[in-house]
Parts: sequence; C-alpha cells; structure tokens
Amino acid sequence: MTIFTNVPKAIEEVMVNQTASTSRRDFLKNSGALVVSFGATAVTGTASLADVEGGVEAISPQAAGPYPDPDFRQLDTWVAIHADNTATFYVGKTDLGQGTGTAFRQMMADELDIAYDKTSLVMGRTDVTPDQGGSGGSDAIQRDGWPMRRAAAEARRVLLELASEQLGVPVEKLDVHDGVVTLKSDPSKTITYADLISERRFNVMLTGRDVNTVSGVADVKPVGDLRIVGQSPQRYDIPPKVDGSLRWAVDVTLPEMVHARNVRPPFAGATVRNVDESSVANLPGFIRVIRRGNYVAVICEREEQAVNAARQLQVDWKKPTTAPFPTSDGLFPYMRKATPTSKSEPSVLGNPDAALADAAQVVEAEYDFPFQGHTALGPAHALADPSDGQMTIYSNDMKSYGMRNGIAKFLGMPRDRVRVVWMEGPQAYGRTAADDAGFEAAFLANEIGRPVRMQWMRDEETAWDTKGPAFTFKMRGGLDTQGTLVALEYDAQSADYNHVGYNDPDTVLISQLMGTRPATPSRGGAATPSEMYAIPNRRTSTQIVRLPLIWETPLRTGNLRDPNGPQVTFASESFIDELAAATNTDPVEFRLNLLTGSAEDDSGFRRARSIAVIRAAADSYGWDTRPSPTPSGAGAILTGRGIAYTYRSQTIVAEIAEVEVNRETGHVWVKRLVCAHDCGLIINPEGLRRTIECGMLHSLSRALHEEVQFNTEKVTSVDWVTHPSLRHTDTPDEINVVLVNGDPNPNRSDLPPYGAGEAICKPLIAAVANAIYDATGVRLRRPPFRDERVLAALMATRV
Amino acid sequence: MSNVTLHVNGATHTLDIDPSTRLLYILRNDLGLQGPRFGCGLGQCGACTVLIDGIATRSCVTTTSRVVGKITTLEGLAKNGELDPVQQAWIDEQVPQCGFCQNGQIMTAKALLDRNPSPTDDEIREGMALALCRCMTYYRVQAAIKRVVHGAQANKTAIVEEVAK
Repeated sequence: MTIFTNVPKAIEEVMVNQTASTSRRDFLKNSGALVVSFGATAVTGTASLADVEGGVEAISPQAAGPYPDPDFRQLDTWVAIHADNTATFYVGKTDLGQGTGTAFRQMMADELDIAYDKTSLVMGRTDVTPDQGGSGGSDAIQRDGWPMRRAAAEARRVLLELASEQLGVPVEKLDVHDGVVTLKSDPSKTITYADLISERRFNVMLTGRDVNTVSGVADVKPVGDLRIVGQSPQRYDIPPKVDGSLRWAVDVTLPEMVHARNVRPPFAGATVRNVDESSVANLPGFIRVIRRGNYVAVICEREEQAVNAARQLQVDWKKPTTAPFPTSDGLFPYMRKATPTSKSEPSVLGNPDAALADAAQVVEAEYDFPFQGHTALGPAHALADPSDGQMTIYSNDMKSYGMRNGIAKFLGMPRDRVRVVWMEGPQAYGRTAADDAGFEAAFLANEIGRPVRMQWMRDEETAWDTKGPAFTFKMRGGLDTQGTLVALEYDAQSADYNHVGYNDPDTVLISQLMGTRPATPSRGGAATPSEMYAIPNRRTSTQIVRLPLIWETPLRTGNLRDPNGPQVTFASESFIDELAAATNTDPVEFRLNLLTGSAEDDSGFRRARSIAVIRAAADSYGWDTRPSPTPSGAGAILTGRGIAYTYRSQTIVAEIAEVEVNRETGHVWVKRLVCAHDCGLIINPEGLRRTIECGMLHSLSRALHEEVQFNTEKVTSVDWVTHPSLRHTDTPDEINVVLVNGDPNPNRSDLPPYGAGEAICKPLIAAVANAIYDATGVRLRRPPFRDERVLAALMATRV
Repeated sequence: MSNVTLHVNGATHTLDIDPSTRLLYILRNDLGLQGPRFGCGLGQCGACTVLIDGIATRSCVTTTSRVVGKITTLEGLAKNGELDPVQQAWIDEQVPQCGFCQNGQIMTAKALLDRNPSPTDDEIREGMALALCRCMTYYRVQAAIKRVVHGAQANKTAIVEEVAK
C-alpha cells in the first residue's frame, strides 16, 4: 500500500496520509473506520493545522496499530521532505501556549536551511513523534531544542551530499538557501531538496545514548549564522484559535462516543457505602454507573445527560472519623506545630551562629504561603477510543508519553497497543488534571467498549486538581555595623508530603480512589532560594510536613508552574527587602552590594548576569534611589515601588512592581510592571515578551487573589467566586519587558538558549509585597494580598 | 424532546432535543460549533460566550428553548472569508497563550465594541471584567481592543527595550 519500505509504521501512515491520496483512500478503506469530526483547514505554511494538530489527515483510525515507539536514532523520525519542497518536523514536545511550537520550527528550519513558512510541525503524538517527554521544567528550548537542531542539521548535510553527487561537485562548491541548492560558480544550476529526496527516506542513523544526546555527523550552526532564530514569525497556532477552526482535545468526537462525568466524594476521605443506580436508571440516555472502590462515574449517551445523571445519582458516603486537614485559616499554626516527615541536612557556609551572635543587628521574620491550585480555565477532559483491542487517548496532557506508559500499565495493556494523541488544551502549567481525565476516560472506555469522553465539572477541577504546596518560612539575618549582611538563616517548611508525579498509574486520582497505594508515599520537597548574593555565613534548611489525610485528598500536591519558586522567592526576596529597610538602604542598591561583594562567578556567569539584569530593570523603570518606605502621601491612594530578583536554572530575572494601595479599602492595584530577563539566546523575541507578560500576571494573580480555602471536611474553593483570579480590571497600565543579554561575551557563537516559561513567575509576589511596603510601611508576610487582609494590616498599624 | 428552532450564524436549524438543555451543549454537540467552550457551567468565566442579537450571552447557563433572536458564534464572526477586525487585531497583537478562553475574550470584545466603538481604557477594563483568562493575556487583549479602536499606532504596548550589557 505504500511507496516506503522499512519505515516505522506510524511514520509511514503520516507520510502516506500527507502525500499519496490513493494510498490514503486504501488506508481508510482497509481500516473500516473514519474519524468524522475533524475538518479544520486553517493553512499555516504548507501543511494545515488540521494535518499537524488533529486533522483527519494526520490522525489515523484505530485499526492502524500497533504503535511501536518511533526510533529517535532514525533521522526520518525527525524530518520529512515533501514533493512540494516543504518539510515536516516531528518533535516529542507539547506547546502549552507559549509558542514553543513556533520556536521549534524556527530552530529546525534554520538548521535545515528552509524557509520557516515552508515547514510544519507535529508534536506530542506518541505513535508518530520521538519521545522527548512532552513539556515541563521550561526545558523545551534549553534542552530539547538541541536534538531537534542536530537532526535538522544532519538532514541538511545529507541533502547537500546528495546534491553533490547529482551535480558532480564537492559540497564546498554548493550553496543552499530556502531548500534550494545552488552551484556557487553557476547560480543558474539549482536543485531542490524535493528533487533530491522528496517522500523518500533519509535512512540515516543518528548516534547518542538517549534522545537528549542524539546527533548526526553535522554540527549545528554558530549563532551568528542563524537567520530565522531571533526573528519573530507569528505563531502558526493563533489564526485557527482566533477563527474557531482549530479542533482541540476537548472538541474530538467519534462515532458511538458516549459521555462520562465523575461523582466525587462530598467530604475528603469519604468512602462509598452504597450506590443506588436506580436513582438514575430511568433518566434519558442513561447507560451505566461504574464504581470501583470510591471511584464513581456515570455514563450517558449525551453530555448534558451525563452532567444531570452525575448530579442526581444517590451515593451513600461514609464520612471519615477524623478530620482530613485543619481549616485553611488554621493551616499555618498546624504546620508549625507538626512533626516533620523529613528534614534536609542543613547546608552551612561559614559560621552562621557566631556571625549572628556577633552581628550589630539581627532581623527576624516569618512568612506563610497558602496552597494554590492550577484551576485551569477548562476542566480536565479526554476522549478514549478502545476499538480493535487498542486504546487511543486524545488528550491535552503536556506529557503525552508518560500518559501512554501510565495508561498501558494501569489497564494492563501492551505499550504498543496504546497511544496518546496530544492536542491543544487549556493552561497546563506543570500539571493540570489532564492526566487524571485521560486515565478515567481510558478506564471507562475499556469497561464499556465504546469511546468515552470524560470531562470534569468546575467545582471538581477547582477543588480536586493538584495544588502547589503551602509553606511556612523562618528567616534571620545578621547585619554588621556597616549595614552589610554577614549571616543569613533560611528555614522552610512545606506541606508537600506525598507530592504526586505525572501519570503514575498508582497515584493518579482514579487509582487512589480505587484503593491503590504505592509502597511508600513520595517524600515531597521544599526548595531553597536562588540568588547569587555574597553572604559569608549561611544556614539553609528545609523540612516537609504532612496533613492528616494523604490519600484521596483534594489537597494533593503536584507541580504548579515553577514548582515552589513563587513561595520561596516571596519569602527570600521579601526578607532581603526587610534587611535593606533595616539598614535604611535603597532596595536596588542593597541587592547590588550583595552581588558585587564577591568577584566569583559560575560557569554560566550568573552573578555578572544578575547584576546586569537588576541594573536593566532599574534603568527601565526609572528607579529613584532611596530607602523604603516612601514618605507617606496624603489622600486615599498611596504609591510605591518594589523590586525582587532571582534566577531559575540559568535564566536571570528582575521584576519591579509599582503599586497603588487604597488605604480606605485595602485594594492593591499594580499599575506598572517591569521585567528584565536574560535567557541567553532568544529564539522568538515577540513570543518571549508575551510569555513574560503573561507569566508575571499569572504570579500577580497568585499575589493578589489565589488561595485554596477549606474547612475540616472539604475544599470550599470551588468556582470563580470562591476562588477568585486576576481579571481585566486588575491589569497594569503598562508592562515593560527588557530582554537582556548579560553574557560577558554577548556575541559568542555558542551562546546557549535557556528556558523562559517559569523564571518570570518567581520574583513577582515579593516585588508586589515590597512595593506595598514601600507605599505604606506595612510588611505583608502572607499572600494573597486581598483587600480585606491588606486593610486589616493597614488598620493594625494605623496607616 | 421537542422541536426547537435556532438561528445560528445565518442558518436556521430545527432540532428535536430536550428543550431545557443548555445552549452550549446544543451548539457544540449537535451543531458542531465548538468555538464556544465549557469553562465553568456557571456563567462566571465567559468561555462559552455567544452573541444573541449582538448581546454577549453565556451559553452554558442559557436554556435553549428560551433563546429568541439570532445567535452568532466565534465561527460566524468572519464575513465573506474575511476575519472580523476584532479577530484580525487578535492575530496582529498575538494575543493568545493557550487560547482556551479566547472565544470569551473575542466575543465579549466584539459585543463591547459594537455597543461602544470608542471605549476608554477604563471602559475596556470594565467591559471585559467578566471574561476570565488563566494564562493572563489581559494586557494583550486590551491592547488588541485598543488596536481596533485606534489603529496600531496608538498601541501603548510596544514599549519594549533590548539591551546588551
């Protein structure tokens, strides 16, 4: 049925589908099934998004399995050249909305020497793209861009060798531009990539022990030779998102598909005594109630029927005899009294005890940080198709490869009978509940033998998604008579015991509710500050505490964008501000003094780049050097500015917030934000700017609004009223982004790109707290800075 | 079940449905119009917004049989193959991150601008206040609306610097 030989079957399908209409028809005829609901035809470059993100042309029907792993050591797994002299790239990543897909195309097009708009991209489909793990850790460009670039560079090398054979001249005598190879001595002699290879395999093996180290013979280009990297082509996914033509994971429909909704325990830790199926059996469209342990779901023909039936199902729940957790108001006293489940070995530099004992001034402060949720705008969802003894899950899970492995294990199916087709979805900053819904859909589909579409409800998503852990912090700083910080103690405690991972078949929510338990709960983590301050004496320690209920709890902790970063940096950079105020020093000057106090640097020049970034932020803002707080103004509105700085991996960021605090209402409006950002080589400046703006505002929402609230029975944050989020009315008047290249040799040919999706989230909350202090003289040591809490703090100090 | 007639994006559909069904499910599952999305089912976030006779309406809390008037969904904004100026501004300004909420942002902005073609900055903030975005694209959404009102030149968001230290 195909012109290809020895091609991984999944790749073959895509190649066939995209190029050979007769084969395509045979293929569909043979399969006996046709996916009906795709049809987006938004054209981006030469391949439509329908092709690359869920069109019928790309998603082959179920009978086409099994689905072996695409071989990352085969060049053909990464790059295909088509008859119209366009290229398709295949990468094992997912774009969560920061435009990484566009950036991948830029990097690979640059290495291949083909025009950006002659390329298309397939991401995150476990049967078609090499397993790069999906997304996470802001490593899309920093780590996973490298094998993509090397593969594209190798494809270019092979194509040039083919051209050399065809034209009968050495490679050195050839030029290549936009996929057309030219004889240097006679530019009229040309041959296109398509002429050289179109629709045939490269058949070139790459080397490397794993997907991260995979490489061909060719070198990637020096930075100075990159032409598409550094430009800002518009994101290819935006037009179909704006005109309504893109089909998302939430939009997929299949013949015979049914709808499912979960019925969650009304009290945390509740157990099912009895399910009365007769309470819904007569409802229209009712198909089945499925119960395993404390997992309960209802399946109906139509979506609204499932919603209705799940609401009406009578379940007799037994309340637990002990409270699953303290109230959200009682959380921090509870955490402080709790016996840690684990403690880190303190990291000690110098002699902090002696230095604190000898200090001219000792400053102490405690900070608290509540549980915060992902609360994705669209609740978790997935569609699972169990036909032909296989399982295809259409999901927006950012780690589609992990979902495939986890579901195969969960269902006891061979891996090659399971595939996950990643499609666009809502906000996946670390871990939404996408994997939970995928496991649930697959389980239910397996049970009833029909495609099942699962979608959570709003209260379920807000209450039951994974949470960023609550923290308490204790900090002490010792200052000498010159006001120099000579000792710093940091002790953090996080409620992160039993932190759940990604797609683990024994810890996803359905698995917990069914009663599965891993041998040992995960230890959890509590991070330490990231800064390059020269402080001669330090003690840094962390500990983990647990809440009473650790399984089947809505307060299950997981990764939330920049895990632990906003919490830790809120405390550490608020405290630096307190120290600056204690010495009557300008906050920018105080930080710069700490950074210039040593000439030592690390291999990534983080100290030098930190200084450059702080200076750039202060310059852009027009920072007036003076200590905080500002002299109190008249009237209801007090204004102030605050700075905070940190790094994440090798990305350095400093942010300045300017606030207006209404002393009569306690309302805080962040009027202006400045961010200076150094992530090394920039792939797409306009895309980066938007990522920075939105990432800062994400943390602003966490600073001003977000807190998971609960009583001793359940989470009470269940919608956008009980769990407020940033709104248009909170938006700053002005956001300034300064893209800094603070490398000592900014034009070096090997300047690496670093991640950019998360560093921005870290310092913002501290910057806002520091600005509020500057405006009012009142130090807020616990977010969110909601009106009533700010007003109470102002009243307490009679501001 | 009973027959309900809906006028959507210039077409008329008569459907045999449970008339109490929320409009969102009918649009998405029966008419295949998936621009509007389920976000909360409570009318709080705006992801499901459609226009009914030009009024931004939360289809997730709208009973289908009570709909009187002409419905426009995201798919119906473009006319004769040309995007609505609001949609074009969204592309020019590169507004979305994940984009899941953008139906609500665009449809709310469209209704706002049809009602008030030259809103002030405060009127934009207030007019858009009920359209939530969890990627926090608000700043660019507002920039895109200003782009529709004033053209690209008046756009305040272009304040960007690049420095090499």
